[in-house]
Amino acid sequence: MNIDLNLKIGGAAGQGLQTTGMALAKTLKKSGFHVFATQYYLSRVRGGHNTFQIRISDSPVFAMTESIDLLLALDSESIDKHLPELGDGVVVVDTDSIEVKESIDSIFHVPMLKIAKDVCGDKIYSNSVSMGAVIGLLCMELADLEFILKATFKKKGEEIIQKNIDAARAGYNYTKDNYPGGCKFTVKEPGENKNMMLVNGNEAVGLGALAAGVQFLAAYPMTPSTGVMTYVAANADKFNVVVEQAEDEIAALNMILGASFAGARSMTTTSGGGFSLMAEALGLASITETPAVIFLCQRPGPATGLPTMTEQGDLQFALNAAQGEFPRCILAPGTPEECFHLTTEAFNIADKYQIPVFVMSDQYLADSLFTLPRFDTSKVKVERHLLSDKELRTKKEEYKRYKLTPIGISPRALPGQEGVLVVADSDEHDEFGHINETPDNRIKMNDKRMHKLEVLREEMPAAKVYGKPDASITLIGWGSTYGPLAEVVDILTKGGKSVNLVHFTHIHPLPVEVTQKLLSKAKKTVCVENNSTGQFSRLLKVDASINVTEHVLRYDGKPFSPEFIIAVLKEKEVI
Amino acid sequence: MVSIEDYGKYETAWCPGCGNFGILKAIKQALVNLGRSPHEVFIASGIGQSSKLPHYLKCNAFNGLHGRSLPPATGVKIANHELTVLAVTGDGDCYGEGGNHFLHTVRRNPDITMIVHDNQIYGLTKGQASPTSEVGMKTKIQTHGVFNMPLNPLSMAISLDCSFVSRGYAGNIPHLTKLIEKAIQHKGLSLVDVLQPCVSFNKLNTFKWYSERVYDMEETGYELNDRVKAFEKSLEWGDRIPLGVFYVNEKQSFEDNLDVLAQGPLYKNVPKTELVNELIDGFV
Repeated sequence: MNIDLNLKIGGAAGQGLQTTGMALAKTLKKSGFHVFATQYYLSRVRGGHNTFQIRISDSPVFAMTESIDLLLALDSESIDKHLPELGDGVVVVDTDSIEVKESIDSIFHVPMLKIAKDVCGDKIYSNSVSMGAVIGLLCMELADLEFILKATFKKKGEEIIQKNIDAARAGYNYTKDNYPGGCKFTVKEPGENKNMMLVNGNEAVGLGALAAGVQFLAAYPMTPSTGVMTYVAANADKFNVVVEQAEDEIAALNMILGASFAGARSMTTTSGGGFSLMAEALGLASITETPAVIFLCQRPGPATGLPTMTEQGDLQFALNAAQGEFPRCILAPGTPEECFHLTTEAFNIADKYQIPVFVMSDQYLADSLFTLPRFDTSKVKVERHLLSDKELRTKKEEYKRYKLTPIGISPRALPGQEGVLVVADSDEHDEFGHINETPDNRIKMNDKRMHKLEVLREEMPAAKVYGKPDASITLIGWGSTYGPLAEVVDILTKGGKSVNLVHFTHIHPLPVEVTQKLLSKAKKTVCVENNSTGQFSRLLKVDASINVTEHVLRYDGKPFSPEFIIAVLKEKEVI
Repeated sequence: MVSIEDYGKYETAWCPGCGNFGILKAIKQALVNLGRSPHEVFIASGIGQSSKLPHYLKCNAFNGLHGRSLPPATGVKIANHELTVLAVTGDGDCYGEGGNHFLHTVRRNPDITMIVHDNQIYGLTKGQASPTSEVGMKTKIQTHGVFNMPLNPLSMAISLDCSFVSRGYAGNIPHLTKLIEKAIQHKGLSLVDVLQPCVSFNKLNTFKWYSERVYDMEETGYELNDRVKAFEKSLEWGDRIPLGVFYVNEKQSFEDNLDVLAQGPLYKNVPKTELVNELIDGFV
């Protein structure tokens, strides 16, 4: 890694942070950098302190670090708050409007408001001035930013596009005239790489759902899950999807169960609070053996918790939600690429095993932008496991929706198919789907459903190992912690330590033997989780009798950084 | 030709003399009269004595959760709008536990026929007050009598501009049959609130009580699309209780708004996995 720079844009909600951050991230990615970007925002539409952080490198980067090299401060609070992270970095600020109390050596004043007013006649163009200034201070060419601005403001018409470009150019020229050597961090563009995407976790889940042929999505908006619903809705007409905003999460899951029962590939999207309302319908999906994909995007709870921040606090909840015992499946992607492929896999598992399947993400993964190779759609398989009309015509016996079979899976027909009636019941039922409360039937049906879980367990792949397979310290992570953990492995390995990562994406049902084998090699196992009680390590203990040596836990609403993890590992004398 | 025998005969878990039998008979007869085969019919239900109904006739059925007959019914209609979709529910199920779904399904207006077994009491849990119980009715829970005002389902539906609002009576099966036929034929959400005595627990609103009060409106004396007049009529309750169709508003159904359904049932569409590459281009 020759280049590793961290830029942070700080300001209040409503100041255009998102637009500025996105445009800069896209520009830097277009110039050939590997870009990783995160957002930190509060639950409000105006005001508050928000940041957009962009890390660029000439090698792949999947995590944010805690130090900043360049701070673009859009308000004075940004300077007060982030100065400690700055180290020997620089601040880009308009000192005409923002008072800088601290004495900072490396201040690069750019009169953004004045330039915007002088050049474009309106201070709203100051964001584009700031973008041009940042590109100038990094001593890069302006062309990529111009290209991105054109695309960003395409819908607003030629005049607006031109004004933004003029503003960016003026900001750029100002830095060329006043700081001809740029700031201390100058970089050379690696050159465009056409096969890389800049994509966040929610968009990737949406892409996965569309690739899997989702036909119906019903949901109630809830941060941080809403991005998936929005993404699918934006492309619904093109892909023949019906998207319905339900009156509440209870309706959302019940609606998709109806649609799924009648044959439509269906999903819902929510976060912990909404999922709480779905609990009863989760059991309904399982007892009626109706396929359902639930995108559960975690945020810190309980109750409203920290609506815009991140946590992996709902694993045990997803594992245990709803009354009774029944099969379910939990997948947890660690990167947008895994979001894409695991979402398509979730639909296939749901259809094959006729169970609810979770794709568990969190605010960090949902909103973070990753630079990744194009998703390979040729790997996507759509497997419906439905009886065709022809198959039904050749069947001699009356159709039984819950026919007892050796593997517990009953061949699935749809209501409306000629010659069959399809009946489902939330009560315990017989093979036809009619209420049956006899003890003998109960045991048969319970065993049938639970047996599917064991068949699925056989199919679940082993966790992925990053680093050397026989390291003496194994870091264990699940879902969104992949990026920071992989970087910790890189840093520590470079420093001569023997460390690897076992990254779990297939959480439940856990393939026990392969997991035990993977985790028996290391002298020390450290489970790293974005929660306060070590929920995944509890699962390892209960399901696979694995006791981890140590925990690294973070539950302040923020995601892990490699520095945070290494500091705790040192503190706990693991390394 | 579809016959009543096609809909089968089942043993039920209902009390002898229950109003549910009349409703079951009317539903079966209405479906036969409309020439619908059992495999073309889908019934969603919630929980309660009413919601056991789909188990007692041949049809496709989804007997779901308490209060939640409408969301799965809506989902089924979206996935396969060629099915004749009924939601069979009760006063507790639909107006109590599932009240929110009722409000919003009316707004959505899917082509579903809602048949609400309204016996003004909770039967399955053995005799507690329901949202439509009369003020003063004493139960083991409401020991001082019901304080809360009863909900008027018809007035509520009309105020929300439900596209078809009607009331039937389990004691008049031919009338109820015709009403259900009209409701099924109506495109959009149709409400059939069915007055139904609970012979075990409701000692107030008995067959005798209803029979002395109900009358067939035949002619309403106002245009059926007159919402204000219909609302006024829906307030009539007491010594005389009108039966029949109160309000009809032929408007766009939920499915009409979904262009994608014009090409056939949603569930039959082929996935466009390859097209995702075009979206991916936008991220590059």
